[in-house]
Amino acid sequence: MAKNELLGGALWDAYSKKVSERMDNPTHLGVITQDEADKRGLKLIVADYGAEACGDAVRLYWLVDSNDVIVDAKFKSFGCGTAIASSDMMVELCLGKKVQEAVKITNIDVEKALRDDPDTPAVPGQKMHCSVMAYDVIKKAAGLYLGKNPEDFEDEIIVCECARVSLGTLKEVIKLNDLKSVEEITEYTKAGAFCKSCIKPGGHEEREYYLVDILRDVRAEMEEESLKNKADSSASGNLSFNDMTMVQKIKAIESVIDEKIRPMLMMDGGNMEIIELKNASDGYTDVYIRYLGACSGCASGSTGTLFAIESVLQEALDKSIRVFPV
Amino acid sequence: MEKPKNRVYLDNNATTMLDPKAKELMDIYFCEKYGNPNSLHSFGTETHSAIREAFNHLYDGINAKDEDDIIITSCATESNNWVLKGVYFDVLRHGKKNHIITTEVEHPAILSTCRFLEELGVEVTYLPIGESGGLDAKEVEKAITDKTALVSIMWANNETGIIFPIEEIGAICKEKGVLFHTDAVQAIGKIPVDVQKCNIDFLSFSAHKFHGPKGIGGLFIKKGRELTPLFHGGEHMGGRRSGTLNVPYIVAMGEAMRQATLYLDFEKNNVRRLRDRLEDALLSLPDTFVVGNRSNRVPNTILVSIRGVEGEAMLWDLNKFGIACSTGSACASEDLEANPVMSAIGADKELAHTAVRISLSRFTTEEEINYTIDIFKKSIERLRAISSSY
Repeated sequence: MAKNELLGGALWDAYSKKVSERMDNPTHLGVITQDEADKRGLKLIVADYGAEACGDAVRLYWLVDSNDVIVDAKFKSFGCGTAIASSDMMVELCLGKKVQEAVKITNIDVEKALRDDPDTPAVPGQKMHCSVMAYDVIKKAAGLYLGKNPEDFEDEIIVCECARVSLGTLKEVIKLNDLKSVEEITEYTKAGAFCKSCIKPGGHEEREYYLVDILRDVRAEMEEESLKNKADSSASGNLSFNDMTMVQKIKAIESVIDEKIRPMLMMDGGNMEIIELKNASDGYTDVYIRYLGACSGCASGSTGTLFAIESVLQEALDKSIRVFPV
Repeated sequence: MEKPKNRVYLDNNATTMLDPKAKELMDIYFCEKYGNPNSLHSFGTETHSAIREAFNHLYDGINAKDEDDIIITSCATESNNWVLKGVYFDVLRHGKKNHIITTEVEHPAILSTCRFLEELGVEVTYLPIGESGGLDAKEVEKAITDKTALVSIMWANNETGIIFPIEEIGAICKEKGVLFHTDAVQAIGKIPVDVQKCNIDFLSFSAHKFHGPKGIGGLFIKKGRELTPLFHGGEHMGGRRSGTLNVPYIVAMGEAMRQATLYLDFEKNNVRRLRDRLEDALLSLPDTFVVGNRSNRVPNTILVSIRGVEGEAMLWDLNKFGIACSTGSACASEDLEANPVMSAIGADKELAHTAVRISLSRFTTEEEINYTIDIFKKSIERLRAISSSY
């Protein structure tokens, strides 16, 4: 929240003039009949998308010539101002294009075409949703014309409909840029910047995927990968002590103790165990140990023996190791 | 039809214009008589007596007894929060009773607070309303258990104007020993409200819904009812709600309440006559529906569904001609669910997206209604021509 968001927007004031004008007087509103298509020797495509029950429905008419070019188009819409205006603009953008080109028109293109000036959005964020329908109906019409499923035109799953950002893109961007928050994702991709429904459940509309979940899963995946890498390098002996995970460090220390220190202590009837391992803030790795058996009362446990243990570990693993008896 | 000189305001369930008499009085207490009513000097005593008079109007307006409390709050949202959270602190959190009963169609000030209390372990029953939009008092009775501490049910619904059986529910609550709260925001100034007759323990109201100023409201608390304060501080309002009294607003709210009470018959007859005429005209058009039986509605409200016409698109067209209404259409709100009241009464979903709420006031004129009928017809025709579903 911030000053500009506390009051929320005056919804209609945020509509561009073009949106208002097209809402009042849509230029491509209407119906194309089969008769008309037959007379002109063109193929008629009629596509419906949405339903009145969802609060948004649109019907798109295309007349397509033998070269796949959309030579005429009209629409009808049950929807709010934004839905009507964006359907009108969508039809305009289709006109003269080949069907195969028209499917590339996104709701972002429609919204941009409705702007009065290039830097000011044509509709407020929460109304971006209302322009999505116009995009979907093109896919439907193209599917009918080309005999394909509308989904065939989608490369992948779209997480943010408003900004048309796919799941694949999101995953890639999070990994490549090591993104840690949803705000960063929005900054990089614009996903979640408009109606905000895709950020987390409970927004403007229900979504199948949410940014918070994607971020969490990708971060977990990244963590796992990094662990796996460490395990692999460790197995091949390529991992330096400081790059090891805590568990790997403990294992490494244990194995040095087993091999080089414990036999020595046991000869005198003693032993030792690791109690705790800490990454100190000054860059050292602090190993807390406890002496067992004869060692536990031995005077050199805090002097000679301790230095011996420390130097063996330092030599075998890393200079940054410190040993403390508890 | 000629356009009225001014815009036509038919969104009086959202807020109302300030009553001119209330404004006249209020003006005096901004710059002339601005003393703190708690001060001992003459500046204080003159405002003190004005507030006393305003209180009299408030008490009379809802027929509260002198021994009861009417506490001034900032709005009905505060009053509603206070009742629910107060009952939580005083009763529910001790665990013996842990149950509240309310309806699915309350104002968010009730619903969101209930959901918040659920997180604290309170159990809440949200009673559904029937297809007619009404509520049967027997449903309330059935829902009451020995764990129930509070029943909170609005007097009249803000969207449909449908009146709930408050007197019957009050009697049931009294018999069962359950506290009864009603959010009377949409009832005051439209129908008689009597806290004694209806056995009400707590009642919320808001000045700007009955031609008082925005940002001030009240909470009636029957004598003997505990309610931990939301605001702790000084000793204002007997320690129940601290903060220096907002003299001009309280004076104006008192006057607005007085006027509202005086105009109750006018609401019942004249406002209703205009409302019914508009309603008849809308219903004479094909495929239009109005929710709820007329006789069981506050006199000023119509929730009309116009098949084939999306609610916000309708508002856009009406606004172009200077007419202000409201819609529960999802498109105009923060989330995309259809009008919750429409969904609750089981209206088919198409209709839920086409609902337009028209709410009149005693300042609505005949000329305005004639003009509105005319514009509605034109807009419906235009939008149905655009519509893909009609």
